[in-house]
Amino acid sequence: MAKLAFQTLDDHSTPFWALIAFHVALVAAGLGAALYMEENGHIVTGMNNQVVWGLPHVFAVFLIVAASGALNVASVSSVFNRLAYKPYARLSGLLAIALLIGGLAVLVLDLGRPDRLLVAMTTYNFKSIFAWNIYLYSGFVVIVAAYLFSMMDRQAAKSAAFGKAMGWLAFGWRLALTTGTGSIFGFLIAREAYDAAILAPLFIAASFLYGLAFTVLVLLTMSRETRDELMPEEMLGKFRGLLAIFALAVLYFTAVQHVTKLYSAAHQGVELFLLRDGGVFPLVFWLGQIGIGTVLPLALLAFAPRGTKGRLAIELASALFLIGGLAQLYVIIIGGQAFPLALFPGMEVSSPALDGEVGRYVPALPELLLGASGVSMAMLIVALALRLMPFLPKAPAGEVSANAATAQGLGASDPMPSGRTL
Amino acid sequence: MSDARDSRSDLAADRRALLRGAGGLLAVLLAPGVTLYALGGTEAAARAPGEAVSPKVRWGLLIDVNACPAECDACVAACRTENGWADTGHSATDPHWIRKVSVRDPASGAAREVPVMCQHCASAPCVDVCPTGASFRRADGIVLVDRHICIGCRYCIMACPYKARTLVHEPVHDQTADAPRGKGTVEGCTLCAPRIDAGRLPACVEACAAKGAAMLFGDLNDPNSAIAKAVAARAPARIRADLRLDPGVGYRGL
Repeated sequence: MAKLAFQTLDDHSTPFWALIAFHVALVAAGLGAALYMEENGHIVTGMNNQVVWGLPHVFAVFLIVAASGALNVASVSSVFNRLAYKPYARLSGLLAIALLIGGLAVLVLDLGRPDRLLVAMTTYNFKSIFAWNIYLYSGFVVIVAAYLFSMMDRQAAKSAAFGKAMGWLAFGWRLALTTGTGSIFGFLIAREAYDAAILAPLFIAASFLYGLAFTVLVLLTMSRETRDELMPEEMLGKFRGLLAIFALAVLYFTAVQHVTKLYSAAHQGVELFLLRDGGVFPLVFWLGQIGIGTVLPLALLAFAPRGTKGRLAIELASALFLIGGLAQLYVIIIGGQAFPLALFPGMEVSSPALDGEVGRYVPALPELLLGASGVSMAMLIVALALRLMPFLPKAPAGEVSANAATAQGLGASDPMPSGRTL
Repeated sequence: MSDARDSRSDLAADRRALLRGAGGLLAVLLAPGVTLYALGGTEAAARAPGEAVSPKVRWGLLIDVNACPAECDACVAACRTENGWADTGHSATDPHWIRKVSVRDPASGAAREVPVMCQHCASAPCVDVCPTGASFRRADGIVLVDRHICIGCRYCIMACPYKARTLVHEPVHDQTADAPRGKGTVEGCTLCAPRIDAGRLPACVEACAAKGAAMLFGDLNDPNSAIAKAVAARAPARIRADLRLDPGVGYRGL
């Protein structure tokens, strides 16, 4: 196998600058929204005492789950010795850290008292899964950074054992992290939609899917930008297969989760609410998660032409999987809270505190801006890092893609420098 | 000699006056406690400042739902006044430290009004999940929120099966000295801990005594207390007893 070559981005195309400007604007809007929420209280959001976690949590959990999954490509290369994935390992680690930071930023800015971040980082209740997660998240950043160091530092990279050890540690840690994220909901005994051990493996399966979808999208975007064929035909096929397997795994765990609950009379109410009677939630589930987020992209993957011609289909499928992921978390997080708590199972109840009523929740603009700004923050971190350090692989000579360049409306012979090899 | 006798009798008179004064003072000091005891339902003894809360005590409530009239909301009104929370017209975001839940059995049509507040669980899920330890259980069983280290993550609201906690969604004004509240932090029934520490009854219990007398407050660990005797005579029902959280609040007639 040829020696691996990496590149930094030295120059950006106009579309890339436009993309960066869009993300900068969204991050600014998100920070403004957070300030507005902090100033006026959560009354300016759609959240209330029934639905206490809203759209920011949907985005935050989505990004945190995707972060652990983004590390997959690196893990496959170093833990499972698949050399074909090696060129993408650096980008995979970078994306993992960036997505996690984006998610955590949203989570922190949505706190009732974001100014007390220092309290959260210094005062712990070790019985709380939330407190464990604070360690799991910060540990993840440190371990993946060390893992990247083992790949990118000239001296460290000479030691295969160091890289392998870091690879294993990061892989184990990412499994623990996603288990922890799933368990935030799995450990909630009070709410019928949660309180289930299967949420942890469901979140792990989901992380594989979202993480890979993000990786594929970033790689294809950067293929356009560098006009290098960053994903040759062989890798397109591999990613296509993996995306399909991960999507089926998510579908499997989702089915088991719902069927298990449907089987018990005590939980039929919440299941019928989420799957049939709950208004927006069945719609988001069937149309969003299953239709647009699973069946459609699976069909795209199945019927798209083989080889490089399937590139656009894979790109579109990845975007749809991410939309499906947001839909999935919307149903889990918002739907699970909207179903009323049963203080008196089997009884009809009402109260001034809205007992027995379905929680009403309409996301407000500041929430959407804050949530979406997490994605932009992650993308900006990636863009900055790609400029500063050689995370991006460089296609082997002769594999510069006319296809990727024309997709951007630029000729392959365009003299604009695309980067330098390190 | 006579001078000496006079001075001795003066001294005795002074002593008598002193004792009388002390007796009066003692009566003034003891009267509220005695009155409280005579009213029944509490054995709350004032705690000296700095004195630690005793784990030997487990404060609890016993609520007789049959004695709770449907139209009465004295307990809710008293809690509002005592703790300085109010309806703002936003029912979904308003605080509800205590609320009356109308419960109807669809099979029989039987209806009840049940006052529900923090159940002060021995195994409180809100305490378990709180990342900073702001949600905590006092040694005497009262579950509280430390407003200084609450970060407003709302995980305790997610975890509580009783819908007993609310987030302060708006800026708050005119707070009472004993019940500090803060925008962005979580709050709930404190069982009127400052009143209990001063040897008084929780505000809801005091207000209820004047109406249906449906609430009995006291030390569940003291076998001689009215509440312990009542609980020993007939086991009370608990809301969501299936969760086995060992709530400090029990019910009759659920």
